Amino acid sequence: MDSLQSLADGFAIALTWQNLGLALIGCFLGTIIGALPGLGPSNGVAILIPLAFSLGLPATPALILLTSVYYGAMYGGRISSILLNIPGDEPALMTTLDGYPMARKGQAGEALAISGIASFVGAFFATWGLVFLAPQLVKVALLFGPAEYFALFTLAFATLGGIASRNQAKAAFAAALGLAIAMIGVDGQTGVPRFTFGEVHFYDGIDFLVAIVGLFALSEVFIFLEHGGKGDAKGETKVKLGRITPPASMLRETSGSMARGTLLGFIAGVLPGAGASLGSFIAYSFEKRLKDRNGTFGKGDPRGVAAPEAGNNAAAGGALVPMLALGVPGSGTTAVLLAMLLALNITPGPLLFQNNPDVVWGLIAALFIGNFMLLAMNIPMVGLFVRLLLIPPRYLMPAVAMISFVGIYGISGSTFDLMVMIAFGVGGWVLRKLDVPLVPVIMGVLLGDQMEKNLRRALTISDGDISTLFASPLSIGLWTLAIVGFILPLIVGRYFRPKLADTAKNEPNIGD
Amino acid sequence: MNFLAITRRAIVIGAFLAVAPLSTANAFEPGNTECIAPANAGGGWDFTCRQVAKTLQDLKLVPGTMQVTNLAGGGGGVAYAEVINKRNDDNNLIVAASSATSTRLAQGAYPGNDMTQVRWLASVGADYGVIAVAKDSDINTLPELLAKIKADPTSISVAGGSAVGGWDHLKVLLAAKKGGIDDVRTIKYVAFDGGGEAVTQLLAGSVQAFTGDASEAKGFVDSGDIKVIAVLAPERLSGDFASFPTAKEQGIDVIGANWRGFYVPGGMSDDAYNYWVDAVGKVYDSQEWKDVMASNGLAPLNLRGNDFQAFVKESVDSIQALSKEIGLIK
Repeated sequence: MDSLQSLADGFAIALTWQNLGLALIGCFLGTIIGALPGLGPSNGVAILIPLAFSLGLPATPALILLTSVYYGAMYGGRISSILLNIPGDEPALMTTLDGYPMARKGQAGEALAISGIASFVGAFFATWGLVFLAPQLVKVALLFGPAEYFALFTLAFATLGGIASRNQAKAAFAAALGLAIAMIGVDGQTGVPRFTFGEVHFYDGIDFLVAIVGLFALSEVFIFLEHGGKGDAKGETKVKLGRITPPASMLRETSGSMARGTLLGFIAGVLPGAGASLGSFIAYSFEKRLKDRNGTFGKGDPRGVAAPEAGNNAAAGGALVPMLALGVPGSGTTAVLLAMLLALNITPGPLLFQNNPDVVWGLIAALFIGNFMLLAMNIPMVGLFVRLLLIPPRYLMPAVAMISFVGIYGISGSTFDLMVMIAFGVGGWVLRKLDVPLVPVIMGVLLGDQMEKNLRRALTISDGDISTLFASPLSIGLWTLAIVGFILPLIVGRYFRPKLADTAKNEPNIGD
Repeated sequence: MNFLAITRRAIVIGAFLAVAPLSTANAFEPGNTECIAPANAGGGWDFTCRQVAKTLQDLKLVPGTMQVTNLAGGGGGVAYAEVINKRNDDNNLIVAASSATSTRLAQGAYPGNDMTQVRWLASVGADYGVIAVAKDSDINTLPELLAKIKADPTSISVAGGSAVGGWDHLKVLLAAKKGGIDDVRTIKYVAFDGGGEAVTQLLAGSVQAFTGDASEAKGFVDSGDIKVIAVLAPERLSGDFASFPTAKEQGIDVIGANWRGFYVPGGMSDDAYNYWVDAVGKVYDSQEWKDVMASNGLAPLNLRGNDFQAFVKESVDSIQALSKEIGLIK
């Protein structure tokens, strides 16, 4: 096997004290960056690029440092999702749905351990996937033209109702709101600014990080303030640590979820432009469709934690495939990594594996090593993270507000973004008062832009002939899945209506 | 010490004090220098800032380190407005720019601002445009491609990494005009997010032609996946691209250079301006910069001071005319 031989060479490169040290630092920083609301993998990596440059690191160690941060952030994102119900980064959004209810049931320890293991499984197998499939998967990416992408995004939205679930109309409203927000900015197909009100800051559109931090973190602070600072839902519930090691039965129960999450996440990661958010999203909704027989999803089902975490970590590995093999980033973070490669005078593209095998295989070997480091860091240290919850809200909420402001200002250096974030915070507070789910809003903001672009690209190419959207077997397959995914819950829902009403009472405010 | 001596000393000190400000005014001394990249880390502007800042430091042309600040937003418009409104007389500031900057200025995409509000410093190289097709395409030359478009504009979709009206789009339109296509609006241009994505769609067969920069196409040229049918440079490029003909050789006299360079605040003193023209010029002349250009697919484009000012003016004017013609602006 050529790949295995190359991988062995890669380990020889990665196993130096310097590289191991950098991987360790990267994993640790990454976990913290992922755990902090607002700071996600892409800005975490972006912040560390100057560090890598000022250390004068050559290409391989620099990449090892930054990809360790990337993997670490994928692990860390789950921590605040589970403990605070605020996703640490956007791919960890889905983990809030079952992770936070688990924490409220006193199973915070189990939720963190299960999600840590799921993260490991996802990242581990995705890295193997990267080893063996990188050259082949390049061809899969080529099957996706604009029409196929549009069908894929439609699929994502069609299955959205299932996740947001208890009120389909409100979910649809929220998704429409998200799509509308995604339209702000200069339209790439015509160059015309839309909904910018002549304000130059709106020309690039709304940065979804600003939207996420506003909607989730700040609205949380507003809710806290509304309750007179005495304590919100979180303050009332004493969080019990639970056991740090998950019971064997729980591991057995979730192993299938991890496997499916890994596979779906990896595929989503490989598709350029889709990224980790779609990976965890699809992993969760698929798992819910498949396994939610008793309506336990959304109320603290361990499988609802395992699937998205395996999904987003596998997607992180998958996103490296097109980045390394095609020079096309599979996610926002890989776009930043790509920029780093270019700055180091390495041309990504079909020839990278041939021209710079030391960089590619050293990096992949470092990912394996980093993944074990992260597992070691994230399971025994779970107790430390759970202690975060013992901090009373009156200390935690100002900290959340502070980190939100510093984090967003740190990305763009723009006070305007802070205003937008506050606006989103107020908007998020209003939506939560009206019981409108926030997840579809974010999905709309996140995917709407790409969805629209691909629709218009497809129609430009076909001269406005709509049949192009259903022209290939792949797009027909995706459309079929989308239609089934949309209609099935409506029919099945009849039988479960009493149960759904029940869910509505118990579901936490934000996690819908 | 008698009174006279004290007086004499006072006069000497007084003379020093009087001369000191004059001497700094004559020869500008850089202080805490800064380069603004009007985009997030990782883009072309960020690259320009960081590489030039590093070379300036290595050549000891600035004291200490040069700070690189990312000020993203509005396709560079936020940084442009910031420089004009808040940093107009900052002598220690340079800002990265490229063809995208002049294109947006020409199309009025920076609301309320135009190119005369800043001083244009110098270019540090150019990325020449290429037009390419997939390797198994039956099109082999630029005139063949243009003939196909002329015969049936709907049969050819051209993919590029910039928005409609952006530089990748305009390059094709310029070539088409020279190639005898009168109504350039009939050309189908499909905008993707960056050249890499556009090339991928070319390989996937969704589109028939690609327009972009030489550096974007480099990886795919090396691997043999795409066929470059025209380079939009005055003469053949060196290195890997030497075997590809220019558009000019094929009878279509069009040059499309995505230049990289800098502007400085409009209120910068002449001394400081001259200092920066000289410093960036020294960077350009250094061996270190030649290596950076070679490994990043940048071709020579050496315009400094007034020459550069005139060059930017000319390109803004021609882009404005073309944009009006295709109905992008009124």
